[in-house]
Amino acid sequence: MTGAKFDRRDFLKLEAAAMAVAAAGMAPSAQAANLATDKDTATLDWNKAACRFCGTGCSVMVGVKEGRVVATHGDIKAEVNRGLNCVKGYFLSKMMYGEDRLTKPLLRKKNGVYDKNGDFVPVSWDEAFDVMADKFKAALKKRGPNGVAMFGSGQWTIFEGYAAVKLFKAGFRTNNIDPNARHCMASAVAGFMRSFGIDEPMGCYDDIEATDAFVLWGSNMAEMHPILWTRVADRRLSAPHVKVAVLSTFEHRSFDLADIGMVFKPQTDLILLNAIANHIIKTGRVNKEFVAAHTVFKRGQTDIGYGLRPEHPLQKKAAGAAKPNDATDMSFEEYAAFVSEYTIPKAAELTGVPANRIEALAEIYADPKTKVVSFWTMGFNQHTRGVWANNLAYNLHLLTGKISEPGNSPFSLTGQPSACGTAREVGTFSHRLPADMLVTNKAHRDRAEEIWKLPEGTISDKNGAHAVLQNRMLKDGLINAYWVQVNNNIQAAANALEEGIPGYRNPDNFIVVSDAYPTVTTVCADLILPTAMWVEKEGAYGNAERRTQVWRQLVTAPGEARSDLWQLMEFSKRFKIEDVWTDELLAKKPEYRGKTLFEVLFRNGQVDKFPVSELAPGFANQESEAFGFYVHKGLFEEYATFGRGHGHDLAPYDRYHEERGLRWPVVDGKETRWRFREGSDPYVKAGEGVRFYGYPDGKARIFALPYEPPAESPDETFPFWLVTGRVLEHWHSGSMTRRVPELYSAFPEAVCFMNPDDAAALKLRRGDEIKVESRRGYIRTRVETKGRNTMPPGVVFVPWFDEGQLINKVTLDATDPISLQTDFKKCAVRLALVGEAR
Amino acid sequence: MSRLLRSLLRVALASSLGLAAPVAMSQSAGPDGGLSLPLRGPTPVADPAPAPRIQPIRNTAARETRNYPEQPPVIPHTIEGYQIDLNGNKCLSCHARSRIRESQAPMISITHFMDREGQFLATVSPRRFFCTECHVSQTDAKPPVANSFIDIDSLITHLKAGGSAK
Repeated sequence: MTGAKFDRRDFLKLEAAAMAVAAAGMAPSAQAANLATDKDTATLDWNKAACRFCGTGCSVMVGVKEGRVVATHGDIKAEVNRGLNCVKGYFLSKMMYGEDRLTKPLLRKKNGVYDKNGDFVPVSWDEAFDVMADKFKAALKKRGPNGVAMFGSGQWTIFEGYAAVKLFKAGFRTNNIDPNARHCMASAVAGFMRSFGIDEPMGCYDDIEATDAFVLWGSNMAEMHPILWTRVADRRLSAPHVKVAVLSTFEHRSFDLADIGMVFKPQTDLILLNAIANHIIKTGRVNKEFVAAHTVFKRGQTDIGYGLRPEHPLQKKAAGAAKPNDATDMSFEEYAAFVSEYTIPKAAELTGVPANRIEALAEIYADPKTKVVSFWTMGFNQHTRGVWANNLAYNLHLLTGKISEPGNSPFSLTGQPSACGTAREVGTFSHRLPADMLVTNKAHRDRAEEIWKLPEGTISDKNGAHAVLQNRMLKDGLINAYWVQVNNNIQAAANALEEGIPGYRNPDNFIVVSDAYPTVTTVCADLILPTAMWVEKEGAYGNAERRTQVWRQLVTAPGEARSDLWQLMEFSKRFKIEDVWTDELLAKKPEYRGKTLFEVLFRNGQVDKFPVSELAPGFANQESEAFGFYVHKGLFEEYATFGRGHGHDLAPYDRYHEERGLRWPVVDGKETRWRFREGSDPYVKAGEGVRFYGYPDGKARIFALPYEPPAESPDETFPFWLVTGRVLEHWHSGSMTRRVPELYSAFPEAVCFMNPDDAAALKLRRGDEIKVESRRGYIRTRVETKGRNTMPPGVVFVPWFDEGQLINKVTLDATDPISLQTDFKKCAVRLALVGEAR
Repeated sequence: MSRLLRSLLRVALASSLGLAAPVAMSQSAGPDGGLSLPLRGPTPVADPAPAPRIQPIRNTAARETRNYPEQPPVIPHTIEGYQIDLNGNKCLSCHARSRIRESQAPMISITHFMDREGQFLATVSPRRFFCTECHVSQTDAKPPVANSFIDIDSLITHLKAGGSAK
């Protein structure tokens, strides 16, 4: 093929230009591509924003003209990315302009009234909220506070997550609110809490330029954290002594930079981790001084089950399932004896990795002269023993003292742009409150109620329903009014056919989904709310290195689309306090009688403290204009009260508008790069050196945890392992990136990556249409034996970005019993031909 | 946004090759509430949808227009089997400064010689080593959803033709 093709994009652009000229009554001059040099015409309005996609947290410069985003590029002033973006980030400019943006609320109706089986018709915001409030009130009346629930996101801005937590935990008095981050890094959270008593990485991205070795445990950074990968590549290629080890259940793009590549059998990462610990001990390389001063040893509960429904046989026979998070004290000697069975030869036999590679990897950790950064993401976190995998990785860094200093860093990466900032720090989980506090802890509830000016006992002392449980309770008809924001959970949650879809379509339930675009989740809803996205609102995200970043509203959302924040706050006006609180509770705060939830939660003298006159001139701010005060600043400052003085200090809000983010704790105006280390972390006193202050004794926990098998493994009927995940070009469920033509065309539909010999044995050829089928359901997809992934025999990979191929109909909703996070990396499937390629 | 620009957009959209209007509603009541999902096709969510054929990678030497100057150009040709790893970078065999006379391929951008501090290096910066982080090839698959992004030249043309700026 030669010559440029005239495609739709070119057509659109030419046509748009021609229209403009014609509309102005001027003759078109197609060849006269004159230089526009006058300042008013040529100047773009540039402002910073955090990237909308992954947890790396790149800063982006956004160019605006005539109220439209016309260009984006990597922010050269940003520490994180120094002028770079990945292909998704470079196409942020087009993300908001898919032509089927939702611009009006849509309600299912028949004969002019709401009907669960009706068709979607446009309605006003008033009608939408009227119907929605009726349904929420009915559910609250029928079942009490836990009859309603919300499913949010690590893509919520900090303000949105915080407003949602207040509305549900304080307003509706239910802890039934959870983020999609539960699918993403709940195991990382529980890992931090168990090992250190405080959440989030101690190190930061500066470790990349300071280290001698990188170990990727179940993380394909080359595709999922591309800009961090450019920093890793920069370090590896510019400092030739640096080594990179990559571990996965199949070979992916990160192996292109690997000195040591290791493909292991699914779930056997637990064996490798223990074998390395054993190697460190056996070769006498334990940092005894560090271990004695800063750690204690714990034997974790075992046989903890798989987070399945209680009647599942695997749950019934799991002896330790009732208290999966328990642990008992043990000595170093007992720990050494515990891991002694994990020898390198045995590990080689069980994992399928050659012994010399395991030893080379073990030496990276054991050698006291080698600084090491361990990175992990979904390979660890989406794992029925994901919390254990996190704990076992910390063990390696704690045994050797390679932690909390430049270049020595166990680093849990996050998937979503504000998984840390919103889901974790704000505490949008069903068991949490802001700043690592827990709903089951009386002192923590008291503190939250005090800050929120609520009577004692407002917040429920019971953990709410987590992501997987919410879908089960919807199916069982126990949650009857449900609100989903900033996620696409029918596509994202495992076992969609048995749990998610029947739950949403259960006639007892009313489902509200807020989104910018139509998705498979919106069509399973009863009410769809059109949502402003990214720079159509003021926002704040927190990335994986504790960096909080803020941006201003730069353009206006189309039609009647409104931000999630406006939706949450406006909806709260529909409830009188008497609708949601008991008389007993109201008696403790009689001055709240007759007030709306909006008045109690957001007009409380704190959230509404800052006038609109504090808004920056020249920027719109839809929510603040609507409510009459600087909403974002008020919410942020109230929220920051939780963490200031408690190891989670945030700077004054206005400062974030000036900075390319700051890493908390921010004390005396200074950010913190390495926590727990004297001289870097203001919470470690002079003379302490290192203090893991998340636990009152200042010590981290080293856990003895064994190998336990996955929930489901291949057998004669379902002979293949199914692994799911992402691809570079698409963000999550593809609702944004598949609407960017260049990204769509780069990777248009999902395929089933498989081993060529496996394909040949099944008489399948590249491009054949096949069924990928489990005990729960099947999808139709196409065989791919080439391309970016090299699959070992017996393992297939299907990405989940494609709403035409809902691979989560096939996956199993087994979770880690501690973190309650789903294992999306392991279930058993079979493959069958549907039709040939040609 | 000015009224003129709004009408410009609306006309451009309505005429974009007969694609569905925003918030497309299908004619018949279906299990999915009559809301169309162009990225999925007509199959109800609960049913398995047929999988489209794998489309070939576009393989030309023709350059594509960039949407804005900062956009990394897409790769107009196939890169199947190209090695980009610790041992070498096949892309540079045509796109390196020293090779373009021979290959007549575009030279990699001068930004690619800059390190994190913005200083020029003697060679391509290792942070730019993995080309496919930013540059992607394109299949023949046609996007089911049009995009109404308007590039800066069209906007400037509009401004010059008398459209208002704010």
